[in-house]
Amino acid sequence: MGVEIQVEQLTKSFGRHAVWADVSLTLPAGEISVLLGPSGTGKSVFLKTLVGLLRPDRGSVWIQNQDLPRLSERRLYAIRRLFGVLFQDGALFGSMNIYDNVAFPLREHTRMSESKIRAIVGEKLEMVGLTGDEEKLPGQISGGMRKRAGLARALVLDPQIILFDEPDSGLDPVRTAYLNQLIIDLNQQTDATFLIVTHDINTARTVPDNIGLLFHGKLAMFGPREMLLSSTEPVVRQFLNAQRVGPIGMSEEKDASDLAAEEASGVRLPALPPIQRQLRPSDGGIRRAERPPGFWCRTHGVTPPPGSFTEPRPIQEVPL
Amino acid sequence: MTNPVTFTLRESGHFFAFSLDALRSVLRRPWQVREFIQQAWFISSVSILPAALVSIPFGAVIALQLGSLTQQLGAQSFTGAASVLAVVREAGPIVTALIISGAGGSAICADLGARRIREELDAMQVLGIDPIQRLVVPRVIAAMLVGLLLNGLVSVVGVSGGYLFNVILQHGTPGAYIASFQALGQLPDLLVGEFKALVFGAVAALVASYKGMTAKGGPKGVGDAVNQSVVITFMLLFALNFVITAVYFQIVPQKGS
Repeated sequence: MGVEIQVEQLTKSFGRHAVWADVSLTLPAGEISVLLGPSGTGKSVFLKTLVGLLRPDRGSVWIQNQDLPRLSERRLYAIRRLFGVLFQDGALFGSMNIYDNVAFPLREHTRMSESKIRAIVGEKLEMVGLTGDEEKLPGQISGGMRKRAGLARALVLDPQIILFDEPDSGLDPVRTAYLNQLIIDLNQQTDATFLIVTHDINTARTVPDNIGLLFHGKLAMFGPREMLLSSTEPVVRQFLNAQRVGPIGMSEEKDASDLAAEEASGVRLPALPPIQRQLRPSDGGIRRAERPPGFWCRTHGVTPPPGSFTEPRPIQEVPL
Repeated sequence: MTNPVTFTLRESGHFFAFSLDALRSVLRRPWQVREFIQQAWFISSVSILPAALVSIPFGAVIALQLGSLTQQLGAQSFTGAASVLAVVREAGPIVTALIISGAGGSAICADLGARRIREELDAMQVLGIDPIQRLVVPRVIAAMLVGLLLNGLVSVVGVSGGYLFNVILQHGTPGAYIASFQALGQLPDLLVGEFKALVFGAVAALVASYKGMTAKGGPKGVGDAVNQSVVITFMLLFALNFVITAVYFQIVPQKGS
């Protein structure tokens, strides 16, 4: 079962440049959460602060009653074993082949026999679909394979918390769809707590149980997927629907005069599109954190946009 | 932030903290024997040939400089003595310093810098492994060992180079060259040379590792880090060389004084 992460009033700056301030959120145990944000809002910095690679200016990250930024080095290394992290490019060790990369954490941390290691590595590689590529070096494989190999390495110590740093960057839509399905299936199998940092809207709309949005140095909103997808809050609405109209500008924030001009010219955000169904595990089973479609909307008296949660209809074959 | 004085002070502070961390991790188990052997092999493979090739002309130049002078003074029999003194005391450690920082240090820095920007070091930390203990300590010890051996190599090759040059080109007497070895030099000269090489190896590896592990800004950042690491190491090693020599002359009485 996954572990809950409670983030309180977290603030981080580099020199005089504030990245984000007073971010508070709770990643519920065993659920998939996505953290969204325009480029350069410090999503990756947030992820690295969560595992203690960067130290925040103030604030707390509570995991199992331990405040991560205040732990000694030794205890930090101990608690990091709860984590599995998939870095942007997989972060594989360039001098080792795929097999040794995945086996690395086991060899460093356990006294398992080589045959046991072989069994575990084989199992994880099968999970990510890399069976047969054990002998290849990271430089010889494609970006998508590097990501999957990085994921296998992150999974090998059976982490309770799995963090993904832009799993979809640099992947084509088909590979992204496969990876998203893999994330859902992994959550079903491991029940770990997932946090995905991304700016891919399709991933954000269909994969997670919860969505958070970082904008302008603040956490604009964090909550269940349906809450954000049905939200009329301008920033959330603009970002989740990839619109130009709204508070987010090309460089950063639009200033008041731009916004006033926008309003005067009568440009309005289009109506909210229907909320798609969440991705389901590929074996047809149920994830522990899964809620029926429209559950949040019903219990909170929110009317979802028309056409939401309909069964995806198979495309009819048109006879030629 | 931009003030160069505070910047330099802060960087030096970080470097010393880093060195202390490395020192503390030396005794911590598990010892990375495999990594140490690989690194020692790697550093020696990039440094042996340049060290030998640099020290031959070094010995020859000293013989050339001294040869005609001693001839004019009628002290040809002391060419060997002066040559040994110059090579073992000064040229050995200096050549070792140049090669260790130029060949070994730059390779270490480039390697760790590439790992930094590929997020390999972050990944390692997240997997619960301290890169200082896993990567830096074996490199520092390997550089110390190779420095020690390199200094011996440079001394032998340098003195042989001087011998060949003196005997074959300047028609010096072979017996006199060898017989006068102990006229000016003494055993502590060799020991202090080896001590210097040990310190140089440690400093070069520490600076290179620190610069590599703090590289940022993509591939260009790694290039900059390598460049800075070589320049900083050169300056540090030459300064250290002077300090150690000065202290040595105070502590150990010299022949003929």
